[in-house]
Amino acid sequence: MSLALLRRGVVYVFLSVATFLSVFPFYWMAVGSTNQSPDIVRGKLGIGSNLLVNFQHLMTQVDLPRVFGNSFLIAVVSTVLTLVISSFAGYGFEMFRSRIRERIFQLLLLLLSIPFAALMVPLFVMISRAQLNNTFTAVILPGIASIFIVFYFRQATKAFPRELRDAARVDGLKEWQIFLFVYMPTMRSTYAAATIIIFMNAWNNYLWPLIVLQTPENKTITLVISTLTAAYTPDYGVILLATVLATAPTLVIFFVLQRQFVQGMLGAVK
Amino acid sequence: MAKTRLDRSEQINGWAFVMPALVLLGLFMIYPIIWSLWMSFQVGRGANFSFGGLANIQRLANDALLIKALTNTTIFFFIQVPIMIVLALLLAVALNDPTLKFRGLFRTALFLPCVTSLIAYSSLFKSMFSTDGIINQALLTLHVIGTPIPWLTDPFWSRVVIITAITWRWTGYNMIFYLAALQNVDKSIYEAARIDGIPAWARFTRITIPMLKPVILFTTILSTIGTLQLFDEVNNITQGGPGNATLTLSMYIYNLTFRMMPSFGYSATVSWVIVVIVAVLSFIQFMIARDRRRAT
Repeated sequence: MSLALLRRGVVYVFLSVATFLSVFPFYWMAVGSTNQSPDIVRGKLGIGSNLLVNFQHLMTQVDLPRVFGNSFLIAVVSTVLTLVISSFAGYGFEMFRSRIRERIFQLLLLLLSIPFAALMVPLFVMISRAQLNNTFTAVILPGIASIFIVFYFRQATKAFPRELRDAARVDGLKEWQIFLFVYMPTMRSTYAAATIIIFMNAWNNYLWPLIVLQTPENKTITLVISTLTAAYTPDYGVILLATVLATAPTLVIFFVLQRQFVQGMLGAVK
Repeated sequence: MAKTRLDRSEQINGWAFVMPALVLLGLFMIYPIIWSLWMSFQVGRGANFSFGGLANIQRLANDALLIKALTNTTIFFFIQVPIMIVLALLLAVALNDPTLKFRGLFRTALFLPCVTSLIAYSSLFKSMFSTDGIINQALLTLHVIGTPIPWLTDPFWSRVVIITAITWRWTGYNMIFYLAALQNVDKSIYEAARIDGIPAWARFTRITIPMLKPVILFTTILSTIGTLQLFDEVNNITQGGPGNATLTLSMYIYNLTFRMMPSFGYSATVSWVIVVIVAVLSFIQFMIARDRRRAT
């Protein structure tokens, strides 16, 4: 009995330490954004009164509304297009199986292990030749057909009851109507989980935007943060405020869609 | 006759649903891959290049920076991935206990790092681990160390920082996969084992681990690909330094393409080194998983 109690205690200590380590950087980031750089360096852990000053300093270095707008535009458009195209493909591969499509799908899964580095140079040359350099189209286009998300939707579609589709067919619905009015509402939690993943990836993307976006007015928030930290004498208050602002949207989306997210992940692993 | 018409409409519908994705993947994935293969046999600088045969492959063997990047990536891989997978497994098993209090809270907190952007968290870690940063302050206050550790300017410690950072960011992500898989495991198996008097540790190694093997394999392959593509963190925290101690393969390719004299052909060749390593490692991991399954 006391052994079980001890084991229980160890589990709680382990989880508490892990939780502390997970959450502490967030706390430090939030508190840091309200403090002056020297205080942050000194290790001050209380809330300060420098938030507005940090904000003003950040605004003088960065056109914040613009940079935020760029990030949002890219992330939202990427998310919508990726959801549509990948869920289409996931549904198609699972619901209309044929030998040739099955082979194509297997080929795609093989390509999943090709790292971005291998595509980077040809993609850059393609984008330059199409004169799409420094445009949001160049940032968005290469990512909207994601093998990972197609695979995710196909896995999740296995749980979609075929009787629903058959019933809809008997009712005379066309295939796209079945997709729109039967499949999509049924798979809400799958879409929610995919939304989180795609939005976060698009919002947080760094390497590809770094390559294609050149002018300051087109930069995204991630690109801006990396220039702030690269400064010779970094202003930590300003940097931490910028990271808070860059992290806030994905945090909000995560908390809003959290329940669906866990359900969606469960569906994909089954 | 009616059947063939239905078949044909099934075919048309099937292609209609997958076609947009296939066109895009063909254009932005398959075409660049083929192009990159062709490029890797080209030599020259900038826009002037010509067929160089195996010249790029010969250059690989004598490239000290490439060896350095490979070594660093290997170190990150062999130290970081096992630590993270074990940690994620332990956390998932602990969280899977339905009698545990504050489960939802723990789970959310542990997953939270995954929500941050790689760049935002890199900046955070760079600030925390600066010589006069909070980590050194805390260690000094607790008398763990006497003098500040030069986290970002010492080759050994800078690697420690990178490994710590990646582990912080990705452990919760892997944990969620394990947790999802554990919740699919039939509870009665554990009940039976408990009634048979099999101790907790043996239940973990003999039931949980084998049950999770496919998911462990999946996450290991994902982590392998992730480690081999490591870029954002090193580029932001250490810029590959000090003295290239944290230079990774992806960073090296980026430098070859955009920072040093542009050498597209050679950087394409180096990128195929990553492809080959990913393929080999995935294959080995796959074989190990299959062998074990056969053995049990």
